[in-house]
Amino acid sequence: MAPPNSATGVLPSLPLDDHRVEREPPRPHGRAMAHWKDRLFEHATLAFALLVLAMLFAILLALVVAALPAMEKFGFGFLTTNVWNPVTMQFGALAPMYGTLVTSAIALLIAVPVSFGIALFLTEMCPVWLRRPLGTAVELLAAIPSIIYGMWGLFVFAPYFGDYIQPALTRVFGNVWILGPLFQGAPNGIGVLSAGVILSVMVIPFIASVMRDVFEIVPPVLKESAYGVGATTWEVVWNVVLPYTRVGVIGGVMLGLGRALGETMAVTFVIGNAYRISPSLFDAGNSIASALANEFNEAADPVHSAALLSLGLLLFVLTFIVLALSRLLLSQLAKGEGRTT
Amino acid sequence: MNLYDRRLLKNRFNLVMSLATMVFGLFFLLWILGVLFYKGFEALSPTLFLQDTPPPGAAGGLRNAIVGSVMIVGLATLISTPIGIMAGIYLAEYGRDTWVARVTRFVNDILLSAPSIVIGLFIYSVVVARTGHFSGWAGSLALAVIAVPVVVRTTENMLLLVPGSLREAAVAMGAPMSTVILKVTLRAVRAGVMTGILLAVARVSGETAPLLFTALNNQFFTVDMSAPMANLPVVIFQFAMSPFREWQELAWAGALLITLSVLIINIVARSLFRQQSGR
Amino acid sequence: MNDATLVARPEVTHQIRSRTEPKMAIRGLDFFYGGFQALKNINLDVLDKRVTAFIGPSGCGKSTLLRVLNRMYSLYPGQRATGEVLFAGQNIVGSKVDLNLLRAKVGMVFQKPTPFPMSIYDNIAFGVSLYERLTPRAMDERVEWALSKAALWREVKDKLKQSGMALSGGQQQRLCIARAVAVHPEVVLFDEPTSALDPISTAKIEELIAELKHDYTIAIVTHNMQQAARVSDFTAYMYLGELVEYGETDQLFLRPREKATEDYITGRFG
Repeated sequence: MAPPNSATGVLPSLPLDDHRVEREPPRPHGRAMAHWKDRLFEHATLAFALLVLAMLFAILLALVVAALPAMEKFGFGFLTTNVWNPVTMQFGALAPMYGTLVTSAIALLIAVPVSFGIALFLTEMCPVWLRRPLGTAVELLAAIPSIIYGMWGLFVFAPYFGDYIQPALTRVFGNVWILGPLFQGAPNGIGVLSAGVILSVMVIPFIASVMRDVFEIVPPVLKESAYGVGATTWEVVWNVVLPYTRVGVIGGVMLGLGRALGETMAVTFVIGNAYRISPSLFDAGNSIASALANEFNEAADPVHSAALLSLGLLLFVLTFIVLALSRLLLSQLAKGEGRTT
Repeated sequence: MNLYDRRLLKNRFNLVMSLATMVFGLFFLLWILGVLFYKGFEALSPTLFLQDTPPPGAAGGLRNAIVGSVMIVGLATLISTPIGIMAGIYLAEYGRDTWVARVTRFVNDILLSAPSIVIGLFIYSVVVARTGHFSGWAGSLALAVIAVPVVVRTTENMLLLVPGSLREAAVAMGAPMSTVILKVTLRAVRAGVMTGILLAVARVSGETAPLLFTALNNQFFTVDMSAPMANLPVVIFQFAMSPFREWQELAWAGALLITLSVLIINIVARSLFRQQSGR
Repeated sequence: MNDATLVARPEVTHQIRSRTEPKMAIRGLDFFYGGFQALKNINLDVLDKRVTAFIGPSGCGKSTLLRVLNRMYSLYPGQRATGEVLFAGQNIVGSKVDLNLLRAKVGMVFQKPTPFPMSIYDNIAFGVSLYERLTPRAMDERVEWALSKAALWREVKDKLKQSGMALSGGQQQRLCIARAVAVHPEVVLFDEPTSALDPISTAKIEELIAELKHDYTIAIVTHNMQQAARVSDFTAYMYLGELVEYGETDQLFLRPREKATEDYITGRFG
């Protein structure tokens, strides 16, 4: 008999079949059921995931179908005409679009630097014991429902804004070359500027949170090497942290923009509900969302409704584009960790 | 002034500005909450919970709106939770890197931040226009569409945190995949998933715009969800924009109620989450 | 006549070996992670009611081999095995195998203790209730039996309702062992079971394994040669995906046939 082959573990001379005892312990029935149940479960989860996908398409589809009458009637002129007359059934989206874009622009103009400052404070300057409470405070700001912002804006902020800030703006900028016309008009606290400022307060917590999260994942080694050559805190942030996180920061800003574009309640209370495009920011105006909130339920004529639904579709497409871009940027950040500039 | 001094000055300046922005943010938070509490408390009284919304110029309460909100948000949670958890399970456990999963994640993130007023219009054209009238059902559907992406996101993120060894240990016992996921993996992160659900509830409790076109409002008390239903956000909107003093006071009370519930839910959710991950 | 000469005589060798039978027979096994071949033509018997140890330097494929035995790799799309692993009359590497049933018969204890997020009692009951319908009293008995087998009963019998995750590392690992034996498997696989534990828990678990082999077939992967020498009856030394030497533990450690084995054992590398 050959000695066991050390290169294999096989013990020769034992034909395997003879010595294998069939020992199948009894198993309860219904074993086959398990596989059927498993497949069902897996397909069910897939179905729900596809449902999420379907929701997006359903929204687009429903809005397009509902807006069709108006789109057929007005064509592309809808986007470029500034008219809104339910009596003569003439509708053009220019004024609400302008209002949406301007209020969002004002909101971002204020919110981005302020959020940056807050994120910088929370990550670099804040004493450690204070970080969690302050961070929570910022997140709580984000949790406050927007209707609260609207009410506070109308009853508390607007009077103050109209009595103090607006006259001050007129005094300071009223005669400055380009900016002058922006700050003319009755300082009653209502209008595009007020709406923009209130919107900015709403958007600050979102952008600040994203920026703070992004700043926090900068490897300490990177910052330490900058400090190590004698850079000041500001220089480290501006020259190292910000470039390193710029993709995430931009993604966060666009997320904030997406929010601002679609925000209804914070804006509706103070924007003034007027289909008007005026050079002065003090004047009343309308955003797509505020127009919808104010008018939709009163619109009796199908063409009027369809026009409003077209506005809704427009808003959806606009925010879709902004959010898609932001998502792409943010996922690029997640993939490119450690990528140098 | 030499270069070094200029740098120091710039640093000083920017750090002071940064502190200023933090103060700015806190200032507004305290201002808004302060006003809310002050004006809300003034109007707070037991009648809020005992009487229904009054006609203009009369005194009353918010009972129908509170009950309506609870019902609408409750139903929305019941609808959105299973959908969200199942879709989250798919993304984390089965789909992973497939293109279907990646597209779903992308779409989910877009829906997460989609304007809620557009969701309201969507449900309007699909449900209200078809059935011919506003209803509590429609309101719940709209809120569910807003809540689902939140639950999907948190469920997936939580499941991805489960170490592979735990999954393998359950599989090694001969458990079928559905049992592994439901009884072991999901259970391991159930606090985090609950947090996600709570955050979704907090988010939709304060939404006004989608309800404007779906549940609308109802002067009277009703638990019939197939009819227009009173709810706090729309009542606040209507009352606040009106010229009637009693209505405005009720609006502030309602605003305080909503904010308190949202803040409490957020705090509970956070402490739940900390409990789970702090272990 | 001493034992060594007794064993060395062919006739006696044949007799001893015919009393033991390969529980699992590995024939011509190859394993791939995507395009990378991690196991090359492995031929090896895992004998019934014996402890077989797999040793070798990091990356030699010992854990990979272990995880073939309960088809754990099937969880991951890029991984596949070709060849034969014969167990209970079928080739478990083949495509028609009921994986859940296989894993009920071939249990596994992992390197990192993995108690399920449930009570100690439920941890044990979980596996049992998958395949058997027991009355509450029968389940209680089974739980007690399993925990005793794992030398854990006395320590936890008053806190069965507590979470399994509240135990110490060594206790958690013994809980995992109890969990594995509670379902009456035929084979138990141990993947570096003590590398995350302190020396005292390690000793306890090694004692356990020596006990368990009276009832179960055991395969253990370990990077600790002394452990292999203490605990196993047969040892397989692997290097870069190949089986270099396999034989009775005493013989492999005292008189290795291959130079490579000797180099590894004497610490010349690895």
